Amino acid sequence: MKLWNQYRGLIAPVLVVALLAVWPMLTGKPANRESAFTILKAIALASSLNILLGYTGYVSFGHIVFYGFGGYVGIFLLSGMGWPLWASILAGGLASGLLAFLLGSAILRLRGGYFALATIGVNEAMRAFINKFDLFGGPTGITLNFSVYKAYGGAAQALQTSFYIGAALALLALAISYLVRTSKFGLGLLAIRENEDAAEVMGIAAPWAKTWAYVLSAIVPGMIGVLFFFKNGNVEPGDAFPLHASIELLVMVMLGGQGTVLGPILGAFAYQGMRGYLVTSPVFKDIQLSVSGALLLLIVLFIPAGAIGWLRQRVPLLRRVLA
Amino acid sequence: MQQFNLLLASLPDGILLGFVYGLAAMGLTLIWGVMNVINLAHGPIIALGMFSTFFVYSKLGLNPYLGVVPIALLGLLFGILIYAVAVHRVINAPHLSSLLATFSVNMIIIGLGTAALTTSPYNVDFFAGSLQLGSTTLLGTRLIAAFVTLLFTGGLYFFLYRTRPGKHIRAVANNRAAAELMGIPSTRILALSFGLGTMLAAVSGALIATFFPFNILSGGGYELKSFVIGVLGGLGNPIGALFGGLILGMLEGIIPAFLETSWVPVIEFGLFVAILLVRPNGLFGAKK
Repeated sequence: MKLWNQYRGLIAPVLVVALLAVWPMLTGKPANRESAFTILKAIALASSLNILLGYTGYVSFGHIVFYGFGGYVGIFLLSGMGWPLWASILAGGLASGLLAFLLGSAILRLRGGYFALATIGVNEAMRAFINKFDLFGGPTGITLNFSVYKAYGGAAQALQTSFYIGAALALLALAISYLVRTSKFGLGLLAIRENEDAAEVMGIAAPWAKTWAYVLSAIVPGMIGVLFFFKNGNVEPGDAFPLHASIELLVMVMLGGQGTVLGPILGAFAYQGMRGYLVTSPVFKDIQLSVSGALLLLIVLFIPAGAIGWLRQRVPLLRRVLA
Repeated sequence: MQQFNLLLASLPDGILLGFVYGLAAMGLTLIWGVMNVINLAHGPIIALGMFSTFFVYSKLGLNPYLGVVPIALLGLLFGILIYAVAVHRVINAPHLSSLLATFSVNMIIIGLGTAALTTSPYNVDFFAGSLQLGSTTLLGTRLIAAFVTLLFTGGLYFFLYRTRPGKHIRAVANNRAAAELMGIPSTRILALSFGLGTMLAAVSGALIATFFPFNILSGGGYELKSFVIGVLGGLGNPIGALFGGLILGMLEGIIPAFLETSWVPVIEFGLFVAILLVRPNGLFGAKK
């Protein structure tokens, strides 16, 4: 019973991811597997961003830089050095974590809008640099040799395996998000979000805590990057560092509710679902971006706490199950 | 020697471009200085300014510079509208809210613009003569644009320092609560400031349209440049933005003489992050 109480907030998130993982198997359609993978990827990225954005209160506009950088490192090791997939994924995650550690020690000193601007600058600088970096293929990027997939039972089987690794990474992101949220370290982060100066006075080593929050929020995106570009077969600077994808992640976190474990999952689900509907609907097809924009504006103006935050405010009973 | 000639050819061009970059950044930095909002709808507004010039020149058949004054007025009104709809409710909320609110305006404009204008390039094919100085050619359109920028900078300076609404804007930027206690209608002043920032963006777009082909997405690049310039000149310091623009323009003129052109963004954004770290208030200090 005690165990149950302790991990109650984890039930709904894990259930969502588990359902997503078995859904394609039940329906047996490859197209479903692809949409499920897109959602799982969004869940993993949004949950990771939430550690920095929701818990610590630092707005990163260029979080996708970790996805792209980790992806590049992993794909380079996989294709250039012949590393196996699992080692490349781990290396991609570590590389992103290391990048976050180095960057974080420098730019986390900035607050508010200045930090947001710096993250945009980092993303653009990295994109421009990779574009010139010959080891990573410059502007054409790295294309995987088709024979790479042989080790994983052919291309079709490799896609299937990638899907399950994707689900596992989404679970990993959730676990990190939940453990941070319920730990003392996470409590320190929440204090920094509310008032950084007061938190420091209360004995929280803010620079240390912020840097580790940044590192934790960067590792899974790096791993997801490797997996995605492995599945994709190639990696290019434009695909690896899309600034708009960073902002889509922010939208997902806001939609579901920043600072909650379940929020980013719900947000990722809702955003991808909505986009899928708008792109294919005959009425909204041409102006889907405008409709998404208008919806986002309504949420920001009227429900700034997001869906889960709003529910938690309105229905006190739900606070027990919605972490 | 060859490099020197190349420098002589590209440096004046870069500096003249820098004036217009500065004008765009001035709009961004004015809004930041007055209300601490980073306007992520800046790029699409620059693009709308470009299309306004296209409309004036190609559809109405008028001289593109005749459009500058009406475009400025429309930009002002449009900015006030954006403020009322999207920004006013989140003006006191955390940064994330205002960033996302202006970004949703960005999405709405880009979405409607893409549907109406497609993303294929448009071109304002206007030639305003050129000036030959030794081996260097200065295009008339760039000289006129630099001149218009100076006019607007002077006008903005005069407005902020010599007129009553301008003084109100500076008071609100300095301390909104105190300004309200002194009887300044802060909501109206905030709306006016947002309108002015939008106006400067639209005018810079109108001028850039005479240089390069463009589409509805072209504003994004200038928005990023505006961030870099804003930080160079000190966020919230409109006059610093003009100098920041000139510095960026000079860099764009100097770098290609020594390195490949594709190194320009690496250096620009590297410099941007470095300045944020070392001197977050910019080279010339923030709010004045």
